[in-house]
Amino acid sequence: MGLNRKDLLGVKDLTVDEIRLILETAGPMKDIIGRQIKKVPTLRGKTVINLFYEPSTRTRTSFELAGKYMSADTINISTSTSSVVKGETLKDTAKTLEVMGADVVVIRHAAAGAPHILSKHLSAAVINAGDGFHEHPTQALLDMFTIKEKKGSISGLKVAIVGDILHSRVARSNIWGLTKMGAEVRVVGPSTLIPPEVEKLGVTTFTSLEEGLRDTDVIMVLRIQLERQQKGLFPTIREYARHYGVTAERVRLARPDALVMHPGPINRGVEIAPEVADGIQAVINEQVTNGVAVRMALLYLLAGGGNPHEAIS
Amino acid sequence: MKLLVKGGKIIDPANNFSKAADILVVGGKISAVGQNLCADGAEIIDAQGKLVCPGFIDMHVHLREPGLEAKETIASGTRAAARGGFTGVACMPNTKPVVDSQALVEFIKSRAAAQGVVNVYPIGAITKGSAGGELAEIGDMKLAGAVAVSDDGHPVTNSQVMRLAMEYTKMFDLPVISHCEDLDLVADGVMNEGYYSTVYGLKGISRAAEEVMVARDIMLAELTGARLHIAHISTAGSVELVRMAKKKGLKVSAEATPHHFALTDEVVGSYDTSTKVNPPLRGTDDVKAVKEGLRDGTIDVIATDHAPHAVEEKDVEYNYAPFGIVGLETAVGLAFRELVNPGILSIEELVRKMSCSPARILGLNKGHLGVGADADITLIDPDRQEIIDVNKFASKGKNSPFGGWKLTGLPVATIVGGRVVMRDRELVL
Repeated sequence: MGLNRKDLLGVKDLTVDEIRLILETAGPMKDIIGRQIKKVPTLRGKTVINLFYEPSTRTRTSFELAGKYMSADTINISTSTSSVVKGETLKDTAKTLEVMGADVVVIRHAAAGAPHILSKHLSAAVINAGDGFHEHPTQALLDMFTIKEKKGSISGLKVAIVGDILHSRVARSNIWGLTKMGAEVRVVGPSTLIPPEVEKLGVTTFTSLEEGLRDTDVIMVLRIQLERQQKGLFPTIREYARHYGVTAERVRLARPDALVMHPGPINRGVEIAPEVADGIQAVINEQVTNGVAVRMALLYLLAGGGNPHEAIS
Repeated sequence: MKLLVKGGKIIDPANNFSKAADILVVGGKISAVGQNLCADGAEIIDAQGKLVCPGFIDMHVHLREPGLEAKETIASGTRAAARGGFTGVACMPNTKPVVDSQALVEFIKSRAAAQGVVNVYPIGAITKGSAGGELAEIGDMKLAGAVAVSDDGHPVTNSQVMRLAMEYTKMFDLPVISHCEDLDLVADGVMNEGYYSTVYGLKGISRAAEEVMVARDIMLAELTGARLHIAHISTAGSVELVRMAKKKGLKVSAEATPHHFALTDEVVGSYDTSTKVNPPLRGTDDVKAVKEGLRDGTIDVIATDHAPHAVEEKDVEYNYAPFGIVGLETAVGLAFRELVNPGILSIEELVRKMSCSPARILGLNKGHLGVGADADITLIDPDRQEIIDVNKFASKGKNSPFGGWKLTGLPVATIVGGRVVMRDRELVL
């Protein structure tokens, strides 16, 4: 069975059963990535368009590979080489893609809600690959897949999300997903980077990294954008690193088997110390691999239909 | 030319008159008010079951002309006003160029005389080009017919400039209308800051961004003794500040828009850019406070901040869309829905807020229906129902979040200077 929805716009709207289905489907997909010949015919004849209005390496490549491993035709459109520079609106771009016969459109956009506009004008499936500060659902799903793979279950785990929560779509999607799956979620960061009334999402807020990390099972480190400092949200990168950098010493405050995660790209020595990023508890590279698997699962569930086990056998 | 408005209930709070009577209009003026009036050869308006009110005045409208005619013109905006039951509108000066001189005030007056269908009252800029620096020629604009000054849309950042503006404007007995917004606090916010900005991932605009300016301008009004009118008040804190200012006896008045008492920030979740407005739609507590401010008299006026935009300008990502909601053609229905029908305002109080008070603040001899008054009359059918269809708007702007809303209590005739310009929800031109 597939997902009973046209689009994936956010984790907020997903049910627990839908999240489970996606994560379960990603398992067999991951096996494909490990094969000698990484190709199944599942999405042959389907077209996946990556429409990226923001620079991205891993998410775009991940979607592209996910489509290619499943024999879809994948096309990348980035704004610097498209009609956007000629002033075409998102609505008109959507209509153009529609009449060209896209089956799935993956969109990354700096403005929250851009995927919702696209979905209104497209009969194709729309997958949100990150919109403004709003959601980045595939990142949260691959994070949950990684946690589940490592820990067996998400329910009951203590997860600390550390850094710039205010501007983070990754944090929002993970908060929705992890709380739905029964985790206890903490957000940790300087008070200028904590969104208003975030506790209403069912999380606890910490401004002390030490307190926030204590006894956690998962440490999810967010990338700090250097431009936030220029906007005065914190005094210096140096002070940020000193107070909120995830160092080996601080990781020891978490449970001994705690996972260290990061959606990338990382600022070594700023939000995460190099020895932590490369350390034994880090699962940052596995997150990337799992990202391809989760995106294969989503492309399959939204565009493919049928039984995933049959499809890949 | 004679006109007889027959059989309606007259609501004339300025004359303390609320009962069934006929109104006879001769030569654009009210010549008689009384029972069973008859006049040979008069055009008759059957007002049976209708409320006959002094013409409504919207003191906060963007007609967009000159320079922004793709959004609205004086012709289209005044037609929207007529359809919405307004016999007069005060238009904001943030056009291209900004209305900051006698010549531009005169342009608007002459264009309105030629193409408008309701009365148009120009508002002049406070500073040249609304740039916040030197004062505009306020005295000249007053002579040309400006009824107020405002740098609406471009709040006067420099407190000294605002102080001087108030000192100077006081000489001409014009109100200074303040669009209260601290631009540094607003930064690039697009919606109310709070739970929903967190959920929707949009940059928030704090309530304080409005309130610090309301507080500043009230203090400057106290310092200078000027008449200050706070535009589109949207937060509980602002309502409280105005309440305190009035208690002190300052010459401070305030307006609220229908969208700020009819909607909360929750609706932004559709990413429908017709919900993007400045100040932003606020929370439930703010809506409650605005309604209470209207009820207890803290807020004197209901004004729409009618802000039309071209369809293509709004049909973009939420962050990129311009701020603004069109309001002229939904204001009365929304006021009935949110205020009159739930018993927050009596019909007399509604008429004060939509006719008498704007007339008083702008110094217009309007807002009353006594013998000799200008025959500006709004007829309302309190039972009339309609499902709002933005494509039926006379305004060029379709940027309304109220499309599809069923409203009860609507204007059914608009009479300007004795001339019927709207009848039975249709323009008569």
